[in-house]
Amino acid sequence: MNERLSSALRVLPDYLSQHVLLSAASLALGLLLSVPLLIAARRSARLRWPVLAAASLIQTVPSIALLALFYPVLLGLSSLCKRLLGVGFPALGFLPSLLALTLYSILPILRNGITAILNLDPAILQAASGVGMTDRQRLLRVELPLAAPMLMAGLRTSAVWVIGTATLATPVGQTSLGNYIFTGLQVENWVWVLFGCAATVALALLTDQLLALIELGLARRRPQLAWTGLALLLLGVAAAGAVPVRSAGHAEYVVGAKDFSEQYILASLISSRIRAQGYAVRERTDLGSVFAFRALAAGEIDTYVDYTGTLWTNILHRTDMPGQRRMLRDLRVQLRRRYGVVLLGPLGFQNAYVLAMRPGEAARLGVHTIRALARVAPELTLGGDLEFFARPEWRMLREKYGLHFRAERSYEPTFMYKALMSHEVDVITAFSSDGRIAADHLVVLGDPLHAIPPYDAVVLLSPQSASNPVLRRALEPLIGAIPINLMRHANYMVERPADKRTPAQAARWLARAAHLNGARRRVTARRRPRPSTPSPRGMPSPP
Amino acid sequence: MIAVENVSKSFDGGGSFAIRGVNLRVPARTFVAIVGDSGSGKTTLLKTINRLIEPNEGEVLIDGEPVCTVAPHALRRRIGYVFQGIGLFPHMSIAENIGITPRLIGWPEPQVRARIEELIELVALPRAYLTRLPAELSGGQRQRVGIARALAARPYIMLMDEPFGALDPLTRDALGTEYRRLHERMRLTTLMVTHDILEAVLLADRIVVMRAGAIVADGEPHELLSGHSDPEVRTLMDMPRRQAERVRALVEERGGE
Repeated sequence: MNERLSSALRVLPDYLSQHVLLSAASLALGLLLSVPLLIAARRSARLRWPVLAAASLIQTVPSIALLALFYPVLLGLSSLCKRLLGVGFPALGFLPSLLALTLYSILPILRNGITAILNLDPAILQAASGVGMTDRQRLLRVELPLAAPMLMAGLRTSAVWVIGTATLATPVGQTSLGNYIFTGLQVENWVWVLFGCAATVALALLTDQLLALIELGLARRRPQLAWTGLALLLLGVAAAGAVPVRSAGHAEYVVGAKDFSEQYILASLISSRIRAQGYAVRERTDLGSVFAFRALAAGEIDTYVDYTGTLWTNILHRTDMPGQRRMLRDLRVQLRRRYGVVLLGPLGFQNAYVLAMRPGEAARLGVHTIRALARVAPELTLGGDLEFFARPEWRMLREKYGLHFRAERSYEPTFMYKALMSHEVDVITAFSSDGRIAADHLVVLGDPLHAIPPYDAVVLLSPQSASNPVLRRALEPLIGAIPINLMRHANYMVERPADKRTPAQAARWLARAAHLNGARRRVTARRRPRPSTPSPRGMPSPP
Repeated sequence: MIAVENVSKSFDGGGSFAIRGVNLRVPARTFVAIVGDSGSGKTTLLKTINRLIEPNEGEVLIDGEPVCTVAPHALRRRIGYVFQGIGLFPHMSIAENIGITPRLIGWPEPQVRARIEELIELVALPRAYLTRLPAELSGGQRQRVGIARALAARPYIMLMDEPFGALDPLTRDALGTEYRRLHERMRLTTLMVTHDILEAVLLADRIVVMRAGAIVADGEPHELLSGHSDPEVRTLMDMPRRQAERVRALVEERGGE
């Protein structure tokens, strides 16, 4: 508990300062955009309606989708920029987050501002014209000052929204307090999840109160209050800016990871091997599944681990299912040709969908393969993760084996395992490298008809790092060196409910267990990975 | 001298007219009251003078200069404007409200401050009020500030749109009488819209009666009081006299007991 808390506190300056800078920049930009829009909309009813409608529409787009949508747009702009001017800009991280949050911040400011200005006493406006103010003087001396308290109330709403939503910038590669939440959820570290939530709430409340101070100062005509609030806010932003940015600048290599434990562990393993050669490394974790490959192809990360089946369907958009070897060979050629991405080789294990049962149940029914399962399936209930029943794997399983269950239920992965152990379901869709398979002694059913495509974990290199000797030295020994049982155990160390390890600790254990340390003994650099079979036995004991 | 020449204004593109073909000449230092029912066009007429309303036809001249050739804000800084809504700026102190037009024009700051102090005395308010906000004042006090603000930049024309309409009768009477004295003392030209005939009779040098967007009577109070060819004007002008007679009758009845 204490260890988890202290590990959370260690990264707080980095996460918090990034979160503050992102939110402050978005709010400032939002304010900068909404005030001219407000001024334009105050006179023209024809403009007012579409402006408000557009702002409301943006507000209804789910935040995470809005954040995600900016990435491909920016990527396109960046490559266009590169082609025209010779320099691109990073399409991942700060920029898409900034743009999405800015759009979010506009509506409350705009709506409150327009409401305030439209509800100004007409007598006051008539008086303003009557005493000889020009349109501009009337705006600056009468309308804006009178609308200011309400405008500030809008800014407060906006600030709370933006600070809350900024946690969702994590999957597009921007460090924020959301890193606590995303990482914590994946490795079931609830201390981190709660810590991230609490920090976000505290930041939002503090900002809201400082803005309230400014609002009060404006409403009560006490400028010193408003200035104090503004000074404290600026001080906070300046302090965030002064925190040395751990994650930018001097890193010579960037290692990417998607948003689950295995990816954190492998990224940590890879980084430590680069660091061991004396180079600075930055890890960019929690990348959304869609972004990781694009970021690699764009050179924003140098290397990461992906899975053949995913690359086959999501990147090459193939629907045919060749065997494991042909898929690997075709991927190597196609990724190189289309994206310049190098597929260095498979790590030696798969992270594929498998069907798993409680050992007692499997023995009682005499079921060890999916073929055998098909006979008894009509009396059983299948539990799947949230996306499984919409995936091609499920379609192919049904087609090839004629599977029909009594019922099908979807769960968040953690609860799916609990449902299996508490007999709510009889069969679940697990991932072959999942640590809980070994922990719960689950029986993984064989797939003799090869209905489920192979998901070999493979190391990828970005185009410009393709022949980088440092990366090659760090990564080549990993090829074929990580058997499924070691990966499962490392995953379990991070995810188990008690005696948890950090991904970095698990990576160190994995390196030792796979004999990757010092000893120049490559397990089998050219060996083709074997189809994984669950075998928790013969595993080196954990530290 | 204000000259309104053949001015028409329609708010619905010519379907109906708020005022139509109105002609009016107001010599300098006159106090003119414009009376009439609501919707007769008196406010529209007043607002064409400081260009709060632009006429569709005709023009308004001040000392021979067409007002449409002067920028509206510049024109309005030369003309005092007081209306029923008062429209004090709620976020400015009384002093800031009074000083607004001189500051817009760019008077030197000491001169503005001296003028503010002079005006607060002129409208008979304590100096201590200068630092207060409008919300802290009563309706009558606020309208005194409204008048002070209109007079601040030393205009010689005052346009007043039912200035005392929302005040209680006592305040109304006092403020009306005081304003008439200011009108004399500062040699103003005043156009005041009112629906109170008695007020018009007691304050104005000349009364203009409007009906359905046109002027139907125009004369000195005593002329109009002593009869007019138009029966409606006659009824209207008879009202103060009838009221006065009723009041006298009541008093005498009591006194006879």
